[in-house]
Amino acid sequence: MNRTVSLVLFLAVVALLACVPLLLGRYNNYVFSLWLVTAVAAMGVNLIMGYAGQESLAQAGFMGVGAYVTALMIKGGKITFPLIGLVEWAPFHILTAFACSGFACFLLGVLIGFPALRVQKHYLAFVTLAFTVFLWLVFRNEEWLTGGVFGIQDIKRPDVFGVPMSPSRQHFANYSWFVLVMTLLLAAAMWWLVKSPWGRAFTALRENAIRAESLGINVRRYTLLAFAIGSAYGGFAGALYAPLVEFIDPAPFSLAPSLLFLLMIVVGGMGSFFGPFIGAAVAVVLPLWIETMQSKAVGAGYSVFGHFSYVIIFGVLVILMIAFMPKGIAGLFERFKKSSAGKAPAAYAEATAKQASAP
Amino acid sequence: MADFIQLVVSGLATGAIYALAAIGFTLLWQTSQTINFAQGEFVMVPAFFALAGMTGMGMPFSLSVLFAITCSLAVLGFAFKYLIVDPLIGQKGTLPLVISTIAVALLLKDGTKEFYSAEGQRFPTLLPDKLIEVLGVRVSLAQIGVLVIAVSVIALLQWFLASTRTGRQMQATAQNPTVARILGISVERMILYAFLINAGLAAIASLLISPIYLAKFSNGEVLGLTAFVAAIVGGFNQVRGAIAGGLLVGVLDNLAAVYVSSRYRLAVPLALLVVIILFRPQGLLGRKEERSV
Repeated sequence: MNRTVSLVLFLAVVALLACVPLLLGRYNNYVFSLWLVTAVAAMGVNLIMGYAGQESLAQAGFMGVGAYVTALMIKGGKITFPLIGLVEWAPFHILTAFACSGFACFLLGVLIGFPALRVQKHYLAFVTLAFTVFLWLVFRNEEWLTGGVFGIQDIKRPDVFGVPMSPSRQHFANYSWFVLVMTLLLAAAMWWLVKSPWGRAFTALRENAIRAESLGINVRRYTLLAFAIGSAYGGFAGALYAPLVEFIDPAPFSLAPSLLFLLMIVVGGMGSFFGPFIGAAVAVVLPLWIETMQSKAVGAGYSVFGHFSYVIIFGVLVILMIAFMPKGIAGLFERFKKSSAGKAPAAYAEATAKQASAP
Repeated sequence: MADFIQLVVSGLATGAIYALAAIGFTLLWQTSQTINFAQGEFVMVPAFFALAGMTGMGMPFSLSVLFAITCSLAVLGFAFKYLIVDPLIGQKGTLPLVISTIAVALLLKDGTKEFYSAEGQRFPTLLPDKLIEVLGVRVSLAQIGVLVIAVSVIALLQWFLASTRTGRQMQATAQNPTVARILGISVERMILYAFLINAGLAAIASLLISPIYLAKFSNGEVLGLTAFVAAIVGGFNQVRGAIAGGLLVGVLDNLAAVYVSSRYRLAVPLALLVVIILFRPQGLLGRKEERSV
């Protein structure tokens, strides 16, 4: 595919996505935004795992940090911090909160990634595993800050540059657009990152760390950077998530959702740019859609679907895909693209071979 | 002081169970480079095999124990090796295998919830939960039983690995599969043995821990985490490291619950993990390995 075609296609997709919030009702707008938010966090995991070849089991934890930071910042209030004392603050602008959430997760990523990457390949997985559980304990136990198991309620969506975000249907579309714009910006930044020399270095060290090191790439620094940036994406996702659901508690930020992010990437396509979007659709939108269909079917007097946990189907899907389709759903598209593009060079090679054999 | 000793004894009892899980974990790692992220679920599931045997098929408890161990060997040993691990061994790197075991973990967890129950199930103890007094310290008979069984299993395993022909062949496979193969050892079979031993250890751990924690589908998270911590703290590449790590984590966990904070008891093993990774990454008893990042 040449450049202009890709660009036109890309713009068409963006235009289409921009129309979507207008067509959807309140609930479906929520699902649409949730898909984008999940995709943002999954993009971070994809950078860590698909490009830098490390496993992070803490993405939901980072999302939690982002969500709590944003919730506290945009709500405003007063809290007595230990050591610091009483702090009172007015509600911050949502974009400030957004930036702070990402930055906080970047810092945390550097802090926990630095010791873990000193050792062995899988130690980052172990440390992030421990870290998610620890974060979850903090979310649950530090009631003065996080509200404990009851969480933080009534997170009002603030206006963005005078545009209201809630509560009517029109305003729901506004928030979807806001999420869409932020997602596209983050996706563009990711695109630039993986195409830049940095991104090339990430891929190089995934493919062959020893060779990358011999070419002068500081493996540890780049891996750490990939992990910290990926974690920051988790924070950004959390910042978009808190105002979307307007209520946060520790449950969605525990270990199990963190693991789900990894599986999402595998289904979508590890190391493929659009993989996270596909994976998020399969892991988040599809089960919600099935649930709706189920309740509709039950409402109409059918019980065709029965009650069945989606996670079970998803788990089997992942195991099968790793064995037989390691590049995920995005890999299918690539294979299709290659097989259609592969014909031309083959014909060319044939022609040159004929020429060469001709006297 | 009596309280303290009591806590240490019950900590050793749970620690010995963690050690069982951690040993299986290191065995799989040594022989086939499999990092089993489903290890916690492996310890959760066999109790449900036993419960299914008792409630579903009306077996007496002793028979259901055998049933649980047989099922574990079949599902968590054979099936896990041939269906999940083997197809991925040829693939590049260990990442696909890690992800696959994570998927297995989710599958076992949600499968148990779906097909059995989301409620914690009472599980019979092997020994009566009676308090006895030894030198002024009150300890539970059940805990002593757990400790004795776990320690005997570990001793038996150590004897098997160190003194029998097959055990030594397994060790050779773990140290250097290529040389082992040249020496005529059936490496494939040794790897299968490691998987079966892991499944057996998980089953025993499950039967021992379920009376303490209730059999619940979500037990695997904490159990798996503790097994990791135990394995890494002790030294990832040593069976005796896993034993030391398990006991240490068990005692520490128990003491932390009382002397630090019951809300953050889970955080104490995690803190230990981070300290070990920072200052002694090869673990307390481990050998140094080359860094592979």
